[in-house]
Amino acid sequence: MELILSLGIGVLTGSGVWLLLRPRTFQVIVGLSLLSYAVNLFIFSTGGLRTGAPPILEDGRAGTLAMHADPVPQALVLTAIVIGFATTALFLVVLLAARGLTGTDHVDGKESGR
Amino acid sequence: MSGWMDHLTIAPIVLPLLAGAVMMLIDERQRTLKAVIGMASALGLLGLAVLALAVADSGADAGAAGVRVYRLGNWPANFGIVLVLDRFAALMLVLTGILGVAALMFSLPRWQKAGAHFHPLFQFQLMGLNGAFLTGDLFNLFVFFEIMLAASYGLALHGSGLARVRAGLHYVAINLSASLLFLIGVSMIYGVSGTLNMADLAGRVAGLAAEDRGLLEAGAAILGLAFLIKAGMWPLGFWLPNTYSTLNPASAAIVSVLSKVGIYAVLRLWLLVFGDGAGASGGFGGTVLLVGGLLTVGFGSIAVLATQNMARLAGAIVLVSSGTLLAAIGAGQMPVTGGALFYLTSSVLAVAGFFLVIELVERGRGVGADVLAVTREAFGEGDDEDAEDGGSGGGAGVAIPATMALLGIGFLSSALLLAGLPPLSGFLAKFAILSPLLAAGPEVAATTWILLAALVLSGLATVVAMTRVGIDAFWASPAAEVPRVRVAEIAPVLLLLSLNLALTIQAGPAMRYMEDTARSLHAPQDYNGAVLSGVQTPAPAAAPVAAKAAGGGR
Repeated sequence: MELILSLGIGVLTGSGVWLLLRPRTFQVIVGLSLLSYAVNLFIFSTGGLRTGAPPILEDGRAGTLAMHADPVPQALVLTAIVIGFATTALFLVVLLAARGLTGTDHVDGKESGR
Repeated sequence: MSGWMDHLTIAPIVLPLLAGAVMMLIDERQRTLKAVIGMASALGLLGLAVLALAVADSGADAGAAGVRVYRLGNWPANFGIVLVLDRFAALMLVLTGILGVAALMFSLPRWQKAGAHFHPLFQFQLMGLNGAFLTGDLFNLFVFFEIMLAASYGLALHGSGLARVRAGLHYVAINLSASLLFLIGVSMIYGVSGTLNMADLAGRVAGLAAEDRGLLEAGAAILGLAFLIKAGMWPLGFWLPNTYSTLNPASAAIVSVLSKVGIYAVLRLWLLVFGDGAGASGGFGGTVLLVGGLLTVGFGSIAVLATQNMARLAGAIVLVSSGTLLAAIGAGQMPVTGGALFYLTSSVLAVAGFFLVIELVERGRGVGADVLAVTREAFGEGDDEDAEDGGSGGGAGVAIPATMALLGIGFLSSALLLAGLPPLSGFLAKFAILSPLLAAGPEVAATTWILLAALVLSGLATVVAMTRVGIDAFWASPAAEVPRVRVAEIAPVLLLLSLNLALTIQAGPAMRYMEDTARSLHAPQDYNGAVLSGVQTPAPAAAPVAAKAAGGGR
């Protein structure tokens, strides 16, 4: 499970960084989205990977991390998803405004080398 | 918990939140009503901030160190979220409050009409800033950073136009990437230390296992990157002059604090987590701050000299002041930090005033007048024309209109402040940074001499650039049209300058406050103790309690 998760995070990050450095605004926003997926998975993984562990206290079980899933990264990742979603939507609006005003989808607002 | 004073700590966050939320419900056409609510909220915030400063400084009813802790839901700090009000946070609250009032007043005659939703965005900006200063928890720092940034995206694009959207696109993309770095850093720190509370983290750093230490330091470095992007440290700050120069002035005055938020976060977390109590990790990254700060001063000075446009000049000056602060912080000595805080106060007020004054000066000049002026200078053209103008005017000299005189005074004092020349507080601030460095001992380190040279040379570069721009704007302006300026627009400029004057005259008490702040930052036991009071024992001891409960259940 660790290997699959770390490979997944790595591939998402790599693709995200590559797209982020591309000259088209659409590529940039897809790159940012992929990066934020990678970061969300990364936050989730900091709580330790395991299956079947209950997230809330129960009778008859000691309230330690050995017995339960760590709830904090789950709360963090939820917040990060919401905030990331909102800011990406906001970026999309800026991107459309730039497309409308400059007439091109280049990130600098003008085509380079032409 | 006794009475209303306990809620003083959260009031600077709640007040703009409520004001902004109410404004969202009001129709966009009722601008006067919104302006009244916004102004009332900004003035209220300033009042609260001054009260907070007084409370934090007196420390009368808040424990010995003047640290007030506000526990949301009254949970102990290791479970719940805390807000912490200490001297440093109170200082930043007051600065934000002053800039909020000044920028809002400036926007009333003209800029509030340049686009939709200016007032709610402005309130949310204030809320995010205040929250970032008050929070005692890493993840809430992230949340307030995002609130502050989301509002600043809106304010950066306020007024629209090709240049703003183009620069805004880069600004948003860079800050989104920085936020991702922030999250990675926070989650790495949580993964290693098991806490997000800053004071709790500070207590756990020394006891970390050797193999975890590298991970924690890597996490802290990534987190630091996110802050340094905001502060505009040299390889990370190329976006800054470009974005700041396209902002409308009212937004620029308040958004210029954002770079100082980066500085605030670095100063607070670095001294807390990697201070003297950090064991093997103590002082981690100090060299990076020092060298990075020096490089930023160098890059900023070159940018100051190279620029032909007043707004870009202001952006470059922000870089210089960030660099100076980072280098002073990186020196890692308590009296130098006190000087750096004084410099921070002075430069925040001066930069905001400069952003406001340049728009008023630019108003009387045609578009691109700056570039034309420098071109004329370079190629020697236009001298004849000027001579003719002078001849036809009779040469007897024209009385300078009152507006131009006021703007001239504003510009001149901004120049003195930003360059750090004697009469005003900019000089005192630089002196306060340098004198403890030089007085440290008979052996003065090489970095100290470099810092000294950097501060003096950056001041010189600022003087040269400001003189050039000032001569063009006030003495040799091709279009001698006097800008139309309202009282409400010149008043905030004069307010900011007179506050700086007050800071100069009252430098003794102000410096005493900064030194107290620096002392508590460098010895954070009081901060940690106040935040963690009520926490019985660190996390491992929670297990037996739970086990007992489990035993009872059996």
